[in-house]
This record gives sequence, structure tokens and C-alpha cells, in this order.
Amino acid sequence: MRTVLTGAEAVAYAAKVCQPQVVAAYPITPQTHIIEKLAEYVAKGELEAKYIRVESEMSALAVVAGAVSQGVRAFTATSSHGLLFMHEMIHWTAGGRLPVVMAIANRAVGAPWNIWCDQQDMLSQRDTGWMQVFAASAQEAMDLTVMAFRVAESTFLPVMVGLDGFVLSHTAEPVELVKPEEVDAFLPPMDFPLRLSHHDPFTLWPILEPGLYHRERRDLFKDHARALEGWLRAFQEWEKVTSRTYTPVEGYRLEDATVAFLASGALTGTVRYTVDILREAGEKVGLVILRLFRPFPYDHLRETMAHLERVLVLDRAISYGAEGIFSQEVRSALGGLCPVQCCIVSMGGREVTPQVVEDLYYRSTMIPEGVVLWS
Amino acid sequence: MELKYPKAEFLEPGHLACAGCGAALAMRLALKTLDEKTRVVIPASCWSVIAGRHPDAALKLPLIHTPFAVAPSMATGIRAALDRLGQKDVTVMVWAGDGSSYDIGFGALSAAAERNEDIVYVCYDNEAYMNTGIQRSSSTPPGTWTTTTPYPTLKKEQKKDLLNALLAHGIPYAATASPSYPQDFLAKFQKARSIRGFRFILVLAPCPTGWRMEESKTIEVGRLAVESGVFPLLEVEDGKWRITHQPSWIPLERYLELQGRFSSIGEEEKETFRKSVQEKWKDIAEKTGSPLEDKVR
Ligand SMILES: Cc1ncc(C[n+]2csc(CCOP(=O)(O)OP(=O)(O)O)c2C)c(N)n1
Ligand SMILES: [Mg+2]
Repeated sequence: MRTVLTGAEAVAYAAKVCQPQVVAAYPITPQTHIIEKLAEYVAKGELEAKYIRVESEMSALAVVAGAVSQGVRAFTATSSHGLLFMHEMIHWTAGGRLPVVMAIANRAVGAPWNIWCDQQDMLSQRDTGWMQVFAASAQEAMDLTVMAFRVAESTFLPVMVGLDGFVLSHTAEPVELVKPEEVDAFLPPMDFPLRLSHHDPFTLWPILEPGLYHRERRDLFKDHARALEGWLRAFQEWEKVTSRTYTPVEGYRLEDATVAFLASGALTGTVRYTVDILREAGEKVGLVILRLFRPFPYDHLRETMAHLERVLVLDRAISYGAEGIFSQEVRSALGGLCPVQCCIVSMGGREVTPQVVEDLYYRSTMIPEGVVLWS
Repeated sequence: MELKYPKAEFLEPGHLACAGCGAALAMRLALKTLDEKTRVVIPASCWSVIAGRHPDAALKLPLIHTPFAVAPSMATGIRAALDRLGQKDVTVMVWAGDGSSYDIGFGALSAAAERNEDIVYVCYDNEAYMNTGIQRSSSTPPGTWTTTTPYPTLKKEQKKDLLNALLAHGIPYAATASPSYPQDFLAKFQKARSIRGFRFILVLAPCPTGWRMEESKTIEVGRLAVESGVFPLLEVEDGKWRITHQPSWIPLERYLELQGRFSSIGEEEKETFRKSVQEKWKDIAEKTGSPLEDKVR
């Protein structure tokens, strides 16, 4: 069924059809509509779950972790400062191998205060052991949330599903609703082998001596890399069930391109449009959409971009003292295949019009690799 | 007096507590009132270590370790999941130090109490951050030496009144308990287990290492705390206060003398200490409706 939903509503709907037993909620703009919608579902009896209104995001994730440790599915969502406030639990959840799914309405981080979109919140949690995907539309936000549960629960790794704050979270778009029977066919019941039980009592997360701890971390690392397979399988199965196609990396007008933008999230809509304009002006340009960020799809990126002469990465998160975070990552993936130019396109929701992207394109031709371009 | 002492043992002898650890003693007693259908939730504290290093486990019950500030929240999630699974008969018990209860996890504790989560929350109070090497917490009494309040900068402030802070949430059950009074201790844990909703038990857990005293003095110092009036044994059920053991009002000094942590206490700090104990009993007299007499010596 096709309907019109905001990104936030799409995520809440996806969470509902996955039937979490426990939902923990703490409000922060622009995530609020997700948890409000879930509260409504629970109030109307459309979702049978314990809905816990916690006092902080640290507690929200702790509630979810506690629930998952008992072997039940649980859900929460946050944004920006809320995500940062969770940081200790973010590590704990991944280290504890809890298959948690959390939606992040991507938003800038203070100081100074700013409620608008960039990806600094989520990318500053890059090295925590969570998988990360970025949705480019409300449809993707819905689909990726359902897929995230499946991949999390088959790899015992948590997932953050990022959606652009406001631009996606608060903007209504046509969305094909996932049917509950599609979810039933796609998502098996959760089976968490480490669940605490009094039938076979054990201690969860005790002190590990260095040798064992080191091995645990090696496992986490290796399972992360392996989780790429999990995503590919999930994409395949999802396509069978819904006929919607997903890939870790997607190309737009890349076949004969010599230069390509690389972007993620809703921003890619504007860039597609700009690519069309530039194409009309005779520029051989395309777009690479980065959807799966962790595990990092090295091979997919290399394959998609092998023929390019230059890549223009549109960053919305920065490693201060270095450059844009995607730029660093893409450069490491390409390993010198072609120059990678970093463009900080928008921090804190600075408007990105086709004109802005076009400008960056022409300016970048006059600047060597290594110089960070600011829009 | 006959000691009704349940045989059940859920604490193995090979735990990693220091000799004379009041917190280990308290855990052993507490577990005697429980059965297999339990989840024990422990935030960062000495008990993160005492419970053992993998693959050794001191507790024969399902135990979950948590970050420092979130044990009540993790317990909330466990409770919610168990309820959804239809396992309402499983007891969820948080076992937390004063550091997490009075300080870093106070927000989460207050929130869980306010939501009246169906959990037993035990604060084993050794009046400092012991696991990290005896640093001041807001539970540390005035005049105490700790490694962050070295002489002459001994703790100046009063000990935070956590019991009243929790009671302000309108919780159904709160009590104080001491392993030096095992019968009183067991009765309170048993009562707590029979009640639904948020139950709070504050246990004074003498720490020979941090209190700078002999390992053999744990029980004695616990008794002196109670008999001097420093640590009243109380029970508050649905807002009704009850003194479960009348102190014999031995002089405060006898409690202080036994502990190296008070060896440099000055007259001024001793006065703050005495005053805070007097205030506490004034409050208890009001709440229990007993005659107002200052018996603190
Ligand atoms: C966020 C955070 N800050 C600091 C620590 C270090 N830490 C571990 S245990 C502890 C002290 C715990 O004190 P308390 O709760 O009183 O328990 P005790 O050690 O006295 O048994 C501290 C500060 C930590 N684990 N996490
Ligand atoms: Mg302590």
C-alpha cells in the first residue's frame, strides 16, 4: 500500500511491524516524532510492548540492552546530543554483542546549539562496533530499519539507522508500506543465545583477562567484516519479498563518468538533480551513494569507482585536524586509484541547493587533492 | 534468640573480596532470601571484581554487569522483558555501591523509583569509591580521610540522606540493614521480596580496607554504627516508619575510634558528624511519632 509518511513515521512504522517487546524513549529534536508515534501505537494497542519513558538516553539504551539480554527484541531512537550522551552504552552494547537496532535522526552537535542536519553525531560513534547505514528517503528509512533487525540478530552486532534530521525525519514522502506478512517472511523470531536464564545461570560481561578480552575484540572485528555478507543476504531477501533493490553502494550515471560525487542520505537527491544539470552542460559526471558505512564496503566502492579519474566527496562530518570523515574513508578504500577531494558541503543544516553542488564541482577542478573545499 | 538462617547458598567461597568485606557478607545474606529465579544486576564497583573473573563466577545466579551509571535502567529493561515473557515471578535485584547510588547513577535510580519499577534496589554503602582506591563519595561522612580528602582537607560536608531522597519518590518499601544484625537483615530482604514495586534497601557495608581497620572488626564496627545511632535500623512500608532495632546509645567516639579513616577528625568535623546523627534521629522521631529525646552521645 502506498501512503504518505514522514521519515520519522516510516521508521516508527517499521519498528512497529518488527514487534519489539520493549521500547525505551527519551525525546530530542528531530527524533521526537519517532518515539511519539510509537507511544501512540502502544496506546492504541497496535503494538504490544512495554514503553518505558526513561530519564536520559544513557538509560534508554541501557533499558534496551537489559531487555535484549533477556532475549527479546527492543527498540529506541535518538539524535545528536542524545547519541553522544549514550556513548558509554554504545560501546557496551556492541562489546556485549547485543543485536540492538536504533534509529538516529542525524543532527549537528553543539556548541553552539544547532538542531539541523549533519552527520557528525553518528560518525563520531564510528569506532564503537555498531553497524551504520544511512537512508536516502523515507522509504529507505523504513526498509533499512526492518533489514537492520535481521542483520543485527544474525550477526549479534547492533545497528544505527541514520536518517537526515528534518530533511527526512520531518518531510512527508510517498512510501510503500511494508506489510506485516512481508516482515514475517523476512524476519525470523529473535534468538539470542547469550540470553540470561535461571535454567542455566551464568554471568554476562564479567572481567575478562587480557588474552580472552583480546580474543573477544578480534571476534568482534572479524564478525563485523563478515556482517557485510549479512547485509548482502538481507538486501537479496528483501528484494524477493518487496521487489525493492538495495546495495551497499549505488551508482548514478556512472557508466561513462570520469568524475563522481560521493554522498549519502537525503542529500543524494539534490546531487542526482545536479548531476543531470551538469550532464546537460556536457560534464561527464556521476554520483556514488554510500548507504552502508559500517561494515565498510571496500570492494563495492572500488568496483563502483575503479574507472573514475576523480572523486568529489560531499562530507557532512569532520575529523578536525584532518578532513571530512567520508573522504578519509573513501581514500583508504580507493588506495590511490584516483584523487579524492574533500568538500565539506553542509554542517548544521546549511542549505545545499543544486547551485551549491554545481559550484563545488567547478571550484574543485581548480584545486589539488589535499585541499579541503568548503561550500 | 534463635537465628533463622536459611541454608541456601548462592555465593561461592572463592569470591574475590578483601578479607572482612562487609559487602560480600551482605551479598551472602541477601542471596539466602532469594532462589534461582533471580537476576542480579551489578554496576561498576568492588562487586564487579568480587563476582569473579571469567570463567570463575562467585554467584550461582544469573548475573549481569553494567556500566557505572545505568544499573537501575538495565534492571528496568530486564524487568520489562521478563514481564513480556510472562516471568513475573523472577526477582530483579540491583546490587550497587554508594558511588553509583548516591552519585553517578542517582538520576537513573531516581527515575526507576519514580516509575515504581518492580525491582529490588540494594545500595551496599561503604561510604566511598572503594574499587578505585578509597575516594570520597557524597555518602562519605564528615571528618573522613579518603585519598581525595587527605589530611587536613578531610570531608567537610554531611553524608547525603539517600533513604529520605528515595522515600520522596513514594516507593512502597524502603529499609536499612546491617550484616551485623543478620536476623533483621534477612527479615527485611524477605519482606522486600514479597512486595511488588520499587523496593530500596540501604546496607551499611563496613570496608576494612577503606575504613582503615582490622579485617576482624567488620561485624563489631557494624554493631557500633547501629548502637551509637550512626546507622539506624529502619523500615518504611507504604510511608509508615518503624525502628526495627533500638540503639543502646553507646558514645559516638567508640564507633569512630575503631577506624583509621577518622583518626585525624577534628572537633569541628566531629561536631558536624554528631549534629547530622542528632538531626537524623529528630527526623526519625517525627516520622515514627516517638518522643523527641536527644540520646546521641
Ligand atoms: C563512568 C565511570 N566513571 C568511573 C569509573 C571508575 N569506577 C569504577 S568502580 C568506581 C567506584 C565505585 O564506587 P562505589 O559505587 O561506592 O562501589 P565500591 O567500589 O565502593 O564497592 C569507579 C569510580 C567507571 N567504571 N565508570
Ligand atoms: Mg562504595
